[in-house]
Amino acid sequence: MEHKKYVIRQISVFSENKPGRLAAIAKALQEEGINILAFSIAEADGFGVVRALVDKPQKAYEKLSGIGFNVAFTDVIAVQMKDVPGGLYEIARILGEGKINIEYSYAYSGKDAAVLILRVDNVDAAISAIRNGGGTLLESSLFQ
Amino acid sequence: MKCWDPRIEEMPREDIRRLQYRLLKTLVYRLYSFSAFYHDRMKAAGVHPDDIRTLDDIRKLPFMYKGDLRDNYPDKIFVAGQEDLVRYHVSSGTTGKPTVVGYTQNDLNNWTASLARGLVSCGLGRGDVFQVSYGYGLFTGGLGLHYGAERIGATVLPTSVGNTERQIELMQDLHTTAIACTPSYLLHMGEVAEKMGVSIRNDTSLRIGILGAEPWSDNMKARIEEWLGIKAYDIYGTSELSGPMFCECTEQNGFHVWADLAYVEILDPGTGEQLGPGEQGEMVITMLQKEALPMIRFKIGDITSYDDDVCGCGRTHPRVHRISGRVDDMLIIRGINVFPSQVEYTLMTVPEVGRHFMIEVDRKGALDDMLVKVEVSREAFSDKITDLMAIRKNVEHRLRNALNVAVNVELVEPGSLPRFEGKAKRVIDRRKI
Repeated sequence: MEHKKYVIRQISVFSENKPGRLAAIAKALQEEGINILAFSIAEADGFGVVRALVDKPQKAYEKLSGIGFNVAFTDVIAVQMKDVPGGLYEIARILGEGKINIEYSYAYSGKDAAVLILRVDNVDAAISAIRNGGGTLLESSLFQ
Repeated sequence: MKCWDPRIEEMPREDIRRLQYRLLKTLVYRLYSFSAFYHDRMKAAGVHPDDIRTLDDIRKLPFMYKGDLRDNYPDKIFVAGQEDLVRYHVSSGTTGKPTVVGYTQNDLNNWTASLARGLVSCGLGRGDVFQVSYGYGLFTGGLGLHYGAERIGATVLPTSVGNTERQIELMQDLHTTAIACTPSYLLHMGEVAEKMGVSIRNDTSLRIGILGAEPWSDNMKARIEEWLGIKAYDIYGTSELSGPMFCECTEQNGFHVWADLAYVEILDPGTGEQLGPGEQGEMVITMLQKEALPMIRFKIGDITSYDDDVCGCGRTHPRVHRISGRVDDMLIIRGINVFPSQVEYTLMTVPEVGRHFMIEVDRKGALDDMLVKVEVSREAFSDKITDLMAIRKNVEHRLRNALNVAVNVELVEPGSLPRFEGKAKRVIDRRKI
């Protein structure tokens, strides 16, 4: 299926909300030579979830699980944004009109453009909506 | 009034011992004949009722434990038939299964009489407004004190627990003179009152607190008395004994255990040897007159000491001092007994969390705060925060239902909680009482 190339495997790591946990995750990835392309931390009462796009997700999963972390894969998509006022609006509008709900999202600003990472309720519908709406999806091969 | 029942309360020691022996003898014969449970226990211990020839021969009798009630749920060791019961009370058991206690009319009468004596001994009577802030219902505290206070002619204000602001308003409006609740709840009330601009010491008629159902210290007593301007009396009991049962007199030097109702022994927890006055050991109680659910040499698990000299108040019955500890790992959280095994049992019903846990207890303000840390299982871990929050809510809800006390739950990483070989120490109790 054509859409598949746009689906990116994000790793999600359960972490207690206390000093040193992010360092432990980052150190483990460094030891395996895994590069973090984007990441975010979501926090709740007493715990958090660290989400990251890495270049070698399977290896990251094995390493982090091996040292005791709770790790899960989650499908996300990455959309290129114009790094100008209105860049985010354009993407958000497309998704809104397509009745796609964003569960969470984080972004980074790269050399050529800004990138929005999205976790949506319906990945397939989101890919169709963005493509039909004139947005640019990044292929997972760019990351992984 | 000095004594509710002077004939009993001031009975000479020798007469008391004779009465106790007669009651014990009758009890043992009755149980040997009518209780399959205790008959078998005695057989196994090689004791026959004829072997009980003096009061000290009580040592030959086998012990009973909290677990005996659980194992015989709900009423298999009751000696009275259901048609002779007039009430049940239920408390949470050690593995999630509750324990049921039953009462005949005589059992209720003796319970009420025991409290009537105790309440009069600390200076209560007609004219007092008695606010019962123990829980009403399956818990024995509320209804027990309710009937005891009514019996001595006090005016009962049955507020039960909770809605503290309203309790304080009623305390002022109806001129409460005495309150029965846990010591920590009374401290909490004092704090809430101050926030409302009410000083319990200056703005209410409160003069007596009947406090119990949880461990407390002399320091806490001194603080309550000084801050709230009242006298604080210790009250002791468990549902197996009937409920709250024995109360301190105005001497405030231990609660009188009415010797016609109960025989108390203090044993060395290691050797089982009988200890003398002033020595700390495990309390063992025999209820001499209970009909529906007789308790013989009941090992409650509380550590304390007793005094045998005639009390300054003139009462001849022995006094037992404030409970100083437990032989097992039972916790008392806001007056409710909590066993770590109940937590374990409950967690086994929630596949999203592992079997490992830690309990951390603190006192926040005046109230106990219980935190249970659990590990999120790998299978249940989801990237969605809302899913994780739902797991936590679910565990909190189940623990609350099983323990009858509100619990906070914290999700931690798998493998991060301590593993134990042999006896687990899953409780960190940071309360300073």
